[in-house]
Formats: sequence, C-alpha cells, structure tokens
Amino acid sequence: MTPTSAPPAPTSAASPAATALQARGRLPRWAPAAVFAGAAVLAVLLGLLTTLNPVTFVLYTVVLGTFALWGTARRVEGARKATDRLVTCLVLGAFGLTLVPLVSLLYEVVRRGIARLDATFFNSSLVGILGEGGGAYHAIFGTLIITGLTIVISVPIGLLTAIYLVEYGTGRLKKAITFLVDVMTGIPSIVAGLFAYALFAMFFGPGVRMGLAGAVALSVLMIPVVVRSAEEVLKLVPTELREASYALGVPKWRTIVKIVIPTAIAGLGTGVTLAIARIIGETAPLLVTVGITNATNLNPFDGRMATLPVFAYYQLTQPGVPPEFAIDRAWTAALVLIILVMALNVVARLISRFFAPKTGR
Amino acid sequence: MTTTSPTDSPRQGAVRRLGDRVFSGTSRGAGILILLILAGVAVFLVVQAVPAVTADPQAIDGGRGLLGYVAPLLFGTVLAAVLALLIATPLAVAVALFVTHYASRRLAQGLGYVVDLLAAIPSIVYGFWGIAWLAPRLTPFYGWLEQYLGFLPFFAGPASATGRTMLTVGLVLAVMILPIISAIAREVFLQVPALHREAALALGATRWEMIRIAVLPYGRSGIIGGAMLGLGRALGETLAVAIVLSVSGGISFNLISSSNPSTIAANIALQFPESSGLKINTLVASGLALFIVTLAVNVLARAVVNRRAEFSGARS
Repeated sequence: MTPTSAPPAPTSAASPAATALQARGRLPRWAPAAVFAGAAVLAVLLGLLTTLNPVTFVLYTVVLGTFALWGTARRVEGARKATDRLVTCLVLGAFGLTLVPLVSLLYEVVRRGIARLDATFFNSSLVGILGEGGGAYHAIFGTLIITGLTIVISVPIGLLTAIYLVEYGTGRLKKAITFLVDVMTGIPSIVAGLFAYALFAMFFGPGVRMGLAGAVALSVLMIPVVVRSAEEVLKLVPTELREASYALGVPKWRTIVKIVIPTAIAGLGTGVTLAIARIIGETAPLLVTVGITNATNLNPFDGRMATLPVFAYYQLTQPGVPPEFAIDRAWTAALVLIILVMALNVVARLISRFFAPKTGR
Repeated sequence: MTTTSPTDSPRQGAVRRLGDRVFSGTSRGAGILILLILAGVAVFLVVQAVPAVTADPQAIDGGRGLLGYVAPLLFGTVLAAVLALLIATPLAVAVALFVTHYASRRLAQGLGYVVDLLAAIPSIVYGFWGIAWLAPRLTPFYGWLEQYLGFLPFFAGPASATGRTMLTVGLVLAVMILPIISAIAREVFLQVPALHREAALALGATRWEMIRIAVLPYGRSGIIGGAMLGLGRALGETLAVAIVLSVSGGISFNLISSSNPSTIAANIALQFPESSGLKINTLVASGLALFIVTLAVNVLARAVVNRRAEFSGARS
C-alpha cells in the first residue's frame, strides 16, 4: 500500500479528493442531513395538501432531498461533486428500495401466517376437513421424506463429482463435466419436474405420481449446487497438505478420505445445507411429479404425497367453499417454509463457524 | 500415477492401485452420471414431445398447431423476463456498489447477507407476496399510468382492478433475480485492482468518477453475465408467475391490463395436473422450448463470465 492510498469505502461522505476541487467551497458534513430534514418537512406539507401516508412521505422526502442536495452542491461545490452526491443518493435509495420487498414480505407472511401456527396445524392432516381446523401434518412429513430421499441421491453424487473434478479430473472429461454442471444449474425447476415425470411415465405408464419421482426431480436441481460449492471448498485445501501425505506414502484415495475431506468438512457441510435450503421450497417439480393429497401417505414409492409448498399452493388457489380457512392454512404453510429455510441458513452458518479447521488461513 | 518407481515393492503398489482404482472409478462414475442425467433430460423431453410435434394441428389445444400454442407462451415468457431484467439490473448494480464501495466494511458483510436472504426465500412465497401485498398496492398506480401515459401501447389499459398484471409479474421476478445479479456484480467489483481505484482517486476523481472510470469498465462483463444468469432464472420461474398473473392468452404488449399472455412455465404448472394424453405431450413440448431458450441464455452467460475470469486471471 502506498501512502497515497485511500480506503476503498471512505466513511466521510465528503472526503476531499483533489486540490482542484478544494478551490470551490465545500458543504459542511451536516449539510446532507439538514437538506433531507428540510425535505421531510416539505414532504409533510405536501402530504397535507394532497394525501398523507407513509409511502408518499418517504417518496417525497427522498426525491425532494436528492434534488435539493444536488442543487445545493452544484452551486457551492461545482458540477462534479454534485454528480457524486447525486449518485450517492441514488445508490442509497436503490438499496433502501431493495429492502422494501424483503421487509414487507417477511412482515406479511408472519402477520397472516401466525394465526394458524398452532398444534393442530402440525398434528392433523386434511382428511375430512371442509372448513375450520385441519393442518399440514401430511404435507410436512411428505416434504421431510422427499427432501431426505433427495439428499440421499444428490449428496453422494455431488460430492464424488466434486472430488473427481478437483482431485482426479483431467482433460476433456473434466471440462465437459464442469460445463454441464454449469448448464444444469440453469435448468428451470419445472423442466426438471417434466424430466422426472417423463422418466417415470416410461416405467409406470402415463399419469404416474410418486414421491420418488419428486426426489429425482429435486436431485436434478440439487446436484449442481452441491458440486459447485464442494468444488470451491475442495480447491481451498492447501496442496502442501496433500503432498505431505503423499510423502509419507499414503495412497491417494486415503489422502482424500483422511486429509482433504476432514480439512474441508466445514465448507462441505455448509454447502450441502444451503443446497437443501434451496430445494426444500421448490414447488413446480413436485406439482407435476408428486401431486397433492389430503390423506397422509408416507410411502414415497406409491402414489401421490402432499408436500408443504404444493399444499400451500393448492390451499391458496383452490381454497374450497368457505375460503378463509384454507387461505389461512396456506399462509401458515408459507410461514413454516420460510422458517425452515431460515433455520437451514442459520445451521449452515453455524457449521462453517464450529467445524472450521483449527489453523485458519 | 499408474507407473510406480522401481524401488517400490510391487505388492504394495498393487494394493495402492486397487484402492485408488475403486475410488477414482466411483468418482469418475459420478461425474459421468451427470452427463447421463443431462442427456436424459434432453432425451426424455424429446421422446415425450414427439407425439405433439407429429400430431394433427387441429388436435392441439387451441386448434392452431403446436407453434400456434407455444408462440404466445414464449412471448409472455420473454416479455416477463425482459421486464424483470430491465427493472432488476440497475437496482442490482446499485446494491452491489453500495455494499462494496459505499457501506463501511463491517456493515457491508451484514448487508450482503440481508440481500442474500432475498435469494433464499422460496419462489412460492414470492407468489403469495405478489398477489396479496404488491398487486393491491399497485392498482392506483396502474390507474395513474393509464390516465396519463395511456397513449403508450404498454399502458393502454384498461387498468386491471386486481393488479394481477404483466408489470406486477415483472416486478416480482425482478425482486427474485436481483440477489443473483447483485451477488455476481459484488464479486466482480471486489476484484477490481486496488491500484486502478487508487490511481483514479489520486488523479482527483470523486467517488462516482472513480467508479465510472475504474470499477464499471472492469466489472462490465460480470454485470452482463450476472444479468443473463438472472434472465435465465426469470425465464424459468414458475409458481410466482402462476399465482400472480391473470391469464387470458394472446399476444399483447399491454402491461397493465388483466388479459395477459401466460408464460411457458406457469402454463405447465396450471395445466399439467388436470391434463392427460396429447395435452401432456404438448406441455412437454413447450417445456422443451423453455429448456432450449434457458440453455442458450445460460451458456452465453457462462461464456461471458468465464471469459472475464480468464482475462483477469481471477478465479470465477
């Protein structure tokens, strides 16, 4: 680092950049805050004239404040600094705008889903339910079983492929597999579902619905995620460790099993957990391969099963005669899905924290 | 690896080779299995789609042949995805810039995680949010668009009363692909050589000028690649579209009315459970079209991203 280096993200909003700019005046550090406070007051006044609600208030404040700050800076500091301030406002505004969907989505799902987050939801199915009550017992277990099957199929294939790519792979086969894993990452989930349906329809005839078909469809989506993350992690294992092991006369496969994998275990665990989080909420492939049922079916090799996302979809779109109860169940199912996904994300973080190799990098 | 040095005892060498052979064979087999799966996806889709291709055009749903059935769906798919891309890309780049160049370093990590949370939320929940939260809030805005911008074909109206329009779908899809684009843009922006940025700052550039002359040119291919990956995701998105969009078929550029073309993926999700016979073949054929389009987009995106990686010597 040379003495002239500036930090990549200067904390001060008005860091002096060049002497050329200092010839002009500079706005004091409190200026942006003051301008936006003024804009807020103006926004309230404008709101009183038309309609005052939080959305228009924030909108007016941001727009007015941005323009006012730009104008002030242009007069005091010159065009270049004014543009800089304008872009800062736009970037901040864009980030704020991005938070709106996240916050409103979480708020809405919790608000509507909390009503039915009770014991009945977890311990009863929909058999004989025409209105109030009923739950997603069958769907929760369906999701757990199908996800479990998917893990059993995808994790060995994914990890072994990653090991092949990092430890053994050479030449064209490696290139082809890397390329196709990339391509597989982009397969639309509904196409994966159609593939599994077409595969199973070949053996069991048209119209087949089966938990295993759903697991195969989800595996098509999960395997590339596992391969990619495992590959990245295995590449991080230092070559020196492998070479030290070879120097002691340890065969290559034992080096991989005893040295490489234990070193990378935290990253592998994190990658697998995040891959599970990605597929547990998939709806489209299950919709076309597993279907839906009101009864509890815990056998993935025979007939339709209920799964949480598909359950939520049908409860919302085909709620039946008194619709409000089914719609409540749909929102609770969505809430449970979000909780599951968030929990898996947290678990992934914990794995990477607690199982990380002791040495550090 | 197969040839052992002459000093090695032959017996040990043989044992070593057996374990190695089994292990490398299994892992190579897993890799080849992936090739087979992808080939299987293509083959099984083609096999199931063939009856729809060879069938009498009158027998296809709608009576105008396979092409007449798929064309409006393909149009809807591309329209929704392009709309999402136009909305999401500038926002995603701004978010990536904020996280890498504006927020303080400690804040940046947490904020990056928050944006990643958007990517973790299941797509069906976005559908719920789109129809229950977003759509009703957009209806007054659509009325306004129709009133003042109605002379544009996009906003010709009549404005939908429910808000279940193509523009709403575009917004929902934009929210879904934003984290993908911004994650890749973020990664590229972090790889911009510190010397480039410092040189710009040392010449007296403001922060925005530094970003414009050092960061954005360096990250351009990353942004393009990320945007195309996002496009691939938006093209294939199913349930969010199926729940939110009010469908009537036909090709229309009108973004705010309640009669919209469906998308391929949403159409499959809506029709498949009640279909049988030739109708299933037709749906699979439309799925094949979607597969080919997303495949092309993704291959192109990967090529763009990887070319940058080779050029800069950075790990992708």
